[in-house]
Amino acid sequence: MTFIEKKSKLKVVGTRPIRPDGVEKVTGRAAFGADLAMPGMVFGKVKRSPHAHAKILSIKTEKAQALKGVLAIATTADFPNIPSEEAFVGEGPVNFRDLSRNCMARDKALYDGHAVAAVAATSEAIANAALDLIEVEYQVLPHVIDVEAAMAPDAPLLHDDLFTQGVDPKPTKPSNVAKRVHFELGDVKAGFREAEVLVEGTYATQPVHQAYIEPHACVASWNADGQSHVWTSSQGQFMVRAYCAKLLAMPIANLRVTPAEIGGGFGGKTLVYLEPVALVLSRKAGRPVKMVMSREEEFRGTGPTSGAVVEVKLGAKKDGRITAAQAVLKYQAGAFPGSPIGPGCMTGFAMYDLKNVDITGYDVVSNRPKVAAYRAPGAPIASFAVESAMDELARKLGMDPIALREKNAARDGTKAAYGPTLKDIGYVETLEAAKNHPHYKTKLGPNQGRGVASGFWFNIGGESSAAVHITEDGTVAVVSGNPDIGGSRASLAMMAAEVLGIPVERVRPVVGDTSSIGYSFMTGGSRVTFATGMATVQAAENVVEQLKKRAAMIWEISADAVEWRDGKAYPAGSNAGDFEPLSLEAIAAKSAKTGGPIGSEISINAQGAGPGFGTHICDVEVDKETGYVKILRYTAVQDVGRAIHPSYVEGQVQGGVAQGIGWALNEEYVYDAKGRLENPGFLDYRVPVASDLPMIEAVLVEVPNPKHPFGARGVGEVPIVPPMAAVANAIRDAIGIRMPSLPMSPPKLRAAIDKAAK
Amino acid sequence: MSRTHVSAVINGEPTDFLCEPQQTLLDVLRDELNLTGSKEGCGSGDCGACSVILDGRLVCSCLMLGVEAEGHTIQTIEGLATGSTLHPVQQKFLEHAALQCGFCTPGLLVATKALLDRNPNPTETEARYWLAGNLCRCTGYDKVIRAVMDAAAVMRGEKSA
Amino acid sequence: MATLTYQAPTSLQDAVRILAGAGGVAKVLAGGTDLLVQLRSGRVKPDLIVDTKKIPGLIGIREVEGGFVIGAATPGAVIGEHEALGKAWPGVVEAANLIGSTQVQGRASLAGNLCNASPAADSVPALIAAKATCVIVGSKGQREAPVESIVIGPGRTSLARDEIITEFHLPKRPPRSADAYLRFIPRTEMDIAVVGAGINVTLDAGGVCRDARVALGAVAPTPLLVPEAAAALIGHKLDQATLDALDAAARKACKPIDDKRGTIEYRIKVAGVLARRAAAIAFERAGAHR
Repeated sequence: MTFIEKKSKLKVVGTRPIRPDGVEKVTGRAAFGADLAMPGMVFGKVKRSPHAHAKILSIKTEKAQALKGVLAIATTADFPNIPSEEAFVGEGPVNFRDLSRNCMARDKALYDGHAVAAVAATSEAIANAALDLIEVEYQVLPHVIDVEAAMAPDAPLLHDDLFTQGVDPKPTKPSNVAKRVHFELGDVKAGFREAEVLVEGTYATQPVHQAYIEPHACVASWNADGQSHVWTSSQGQFMVRAYCAKLLAMPIANLRVTPAEIGGGFGGKTLVYLEPVALVLSRKAGRPVKMVMSREEEFRGTGPTSGAVVEVKLGAKKDGRITAAQAVLKYQAGAFPGSPIGPGCMTGFAMYDLKNVDITGYDVVSNRPKVAAYRAPGAPIASFAVESAMDELARKLGMDPIALREKNAARDGTKAAYGPTLKDIGYVETLEAAKNHPHYKTKLGPNQGRGVASGFWFNIGGESSAAVHITEDGTVAVVSGNPDIGGSRASLAMMAAEVLGIPVERVRPVVGDTSSIGYSFMTGGSRVTFATGMATVQAAENVVEQLKKRAAMIWEISADAVEWRDGKAYPAGSNAGDFEPLSLEAIAAKSAKTGGPIGSEISINAQGAGPGFGTHICDVEVDKETGYVKILRYTAVQDVGRAIHPSYVEGQVQGGVAQGIGWALNEEYVYDAKGRLENPGFLDYRVPVASDLPMIEAVLVEVPNPKHPFGARGVGEVPIVPPMAAVANAIRDAIGIRMPSLPMSPPKLRAAIDKAAK
Repeated sequence: MSRTHVSAVINGEPTDFLCEPQQTLLDVLRDELNLTGSKEGCGSGDCGACSVILDGRLVCSCLMLGVEAEGHTIQTIEGLATGSTLHPVQQKFLEHAALQCGFCTPGLLVATKALLDRNPNPTETEARYWLAGNLCRCTGYDKVIRAVMDAAAVMRGEKSA
Repeated sequence: MATLTYQAPTSLQDAVRILAGAGGVAKVLAGGTDLLVQLRSGRVKPDLIVDTKKIPGLIGIREVEGGFVIGAATPGAVIGEHEALGKAWPGVVEAANLIGSTQVQGRASLAGNLCNASPAADSVPALIAAKATCVIVGSKGQREAPVESIVIGPGRTSLARDEIITEFHLPKRPPRSADAYLRFIPRTEMDIAVVGAGINVTLDAGGVCRDARVALGAVAPTPLLVPEAAAALIGHKLDQATLDALDAAARKACKPIDDKRGTIEYRIKVAGVLARRAAAIAFERAGAHR
């Protein structure tokens, strides 16, 4: 694969064509998860525990079964009792036994909203009425929500077979602490002794939901011979296939999963909730079953990201060089182990070149929904703490916050605390661009402040498949295995068009189902433009080789005497022969005679994903009487490697920033004394609305990743990492008060202002 | 439960349907009339993904009963384009990349049309406040607002489409 | 399964007759922006829904002898577009227009906002401050009552089960009168009021307040008329001492709760802040500096 160094040589990559799937989306024709109807389809609904923690003593379904229109009822008895088994799937481990018990509770309800039974009926109204007729006998147990409360020795225990991993000696008593992780570099004790300035702080964040606007939705159809079809809104059709097959103990090839258009995921659709249940109901009812979550179910029953407590300590010399960095991170996992504590620990300090680092992390279960991935899982929490501490350090040193970061910046060759040596990275470039941006120089008024923060995300590669097919008229079909959550179809078509040398309108991309394209790891980890792009480019290059061979056949010359340029085959030099160039269309028209259909499918395990860095500048204005924070201006600088379609890259940055601002200011779960969620809806779970935000300027810095044919890096996750600290640092600048706890909602600000005034 | 016969005009066409009292207009559009362009994001009027225009007014179709549609005129996303010609707001959303997942897009487009029909020259602030009832989680609203302002200019005749 | 019936009477008599004869739970439907949410969540399980929008006179705004009559089911958007109403009662109009989103404004009505009886209803403090009344019709006949007499507790009104509100009356204004409504919410839109303050004043030629009414929302089980806060304004210009007295009186009257939208302490403080700011706007509108 050639890496195209010079941007000026590119004709399609870097431009802004209208996305190929766009017209369907602006006309309402695009089919999302709930938009499909199958003949004979019935409706499934889930009964959910109203208790945060309870033993399930019995489930009686006779009354519900007797209701006219009820076709099937599912409980844990209908699911195989699979053993504990962990699989490492990209950004975090999955335990299939836990996943099964999350989809359908086994002997305990572990959170308000935990699925305990499900019904399929001929109408949604009948299904809902049937839920009320299912009698569940609970023995309510004491519950625990807060992460530090869950770690206390006398905390109510969720699992009596959970023993903390990663501690020595191995514990004999079960605990809510699933795991302890530790990363170390150099000698922090010595580093702190060396330090001339010290900064310490404890920071807390609340769980926040990905809050995609489209609720989970699927239609499942189980046929009598066990072959099944699932249509679903999901970030990975192969993941759905694998997880359902595992949870239901069925051969993988028996299940075909078609990805619907997906109305947002952000990590929250990288696992299954409804699909296995819908398949079981379909099997029992003998009919296809549609299941759609309500918004309330989304909040009560699906995974947010962790809430956390993070302690940070930094030591530095007066000139700003950090001599030691230490952090203790405690992350909530929800009802089953698996918070993103690992990535949290690994990303917090990753922007900095540190000799002495000590990071300890705890994965802690508590009675709330099992945590799911949310855009750079773990990193925003860690960065909120570290970047707030860095801001305090800058103030103590009397240094400009960008200068402090430049002094300690990770560069090409820096060994990260979590192991790898970073290469071909663009962090310093983002600091530079931020420092020189007009935003950084504008004056502020009373009660206004400016904050800076940086962020990092690894980005992953992984398994991807893509196919490029030349049709009979020379137009091109590109098929990939990755749901499009950010404009990847456009990027893939553009990359293929670039390689083939043809206009992008002649390349039409689709997302294939699990039977139509090779295995692809899910859409997540900011990997699709990188890994699936790589597969697409390889397939397109393969096709170019085939086209050259076909031209050679037509001209009766040797294949190595043919060049491919601007969508045409040319004889390579006058010695090869005096032939008119052959277009793609011309070669396609003759393909049957020259050997058959022209196409290529490539499956790879893409390596060399380039990590991403961002530096953000945020201006706020604080109303000190009400505690209201207005975001005045926001500039997000990010190293994107190379922007394949700059509009969609900008869109990723802007969207991540908006989510980060919501996380910073207003989003949180509110529980009552019984552990029940009080705000399971968009009224009181407050995501930013259009009038809350200014324009968000996305500044794309390009330090190409040489491992990708066009230099692309993953971009989707970095932008959510800096905003919380950027906002907190801006508030600190505006009113002189450090807010160490999220969200920084008006009542909390007013209380802090009043306290400081005393 | 008995079903009521309702007559309304939907996207310019006289339309009849049967529905039960508790079905919302959104349920009717999606489940009875196969107009699945309007989406359910919350079912409680907080997200705007179900937006339609009722007798010229922007409303949430999840906050209306199907039976209430009797005798009224309704415009949905499916009625925005004229045949194969996109409405300027649709075209500008595409040009400005004002959509990512596209789920909130039908609601936003209907709300934008309602805005520009009423106020052909909104300021950025007016556009943001008008659209506050349309949640988008993907875009951060930046490109959406740019598309709205650009579409407004086109519709005022100040620039060519 | 409960059977739900829907009726849309075309006369007041029919509506009253249906409500009087209803066997189970009957709910009146105007804009539906509260009722449908509660239906969906299961918070209400009515047997009968009575839609009032086909009754003549329930939608529309009329000027009558210098005052205004607003049909009970008139959508907020229609209220917002009425120029004369907006000039005479900017506080009532801005309060009504704060309810929900643009979409909600296309349907939500004053009667619905009042009879839903949320302590945090946006239009109610402004209507109370305006000394608005409502006309109520039931099988016992017609009566007129001040808006502040309607809500008797969270989710509860003083209306009999066969009574509906048909219209709201706003009185004729003396010169140099104006009102204002402010609410505090954590975002810029789409939230239920954490605190709401409606202030209505009449000034004399020297800018001294001669009459005032102050009402607060979301700081007590019902919207509060606060005579002590009005007393802090009457006889004074809006100087710092008056503002401080108003702030203190507003705070003293609050009996709020801690909930997912605000703490007791916060609500009390912000009640004072909003009262001051709303008073400043009302005085300005009434011509304090002319």
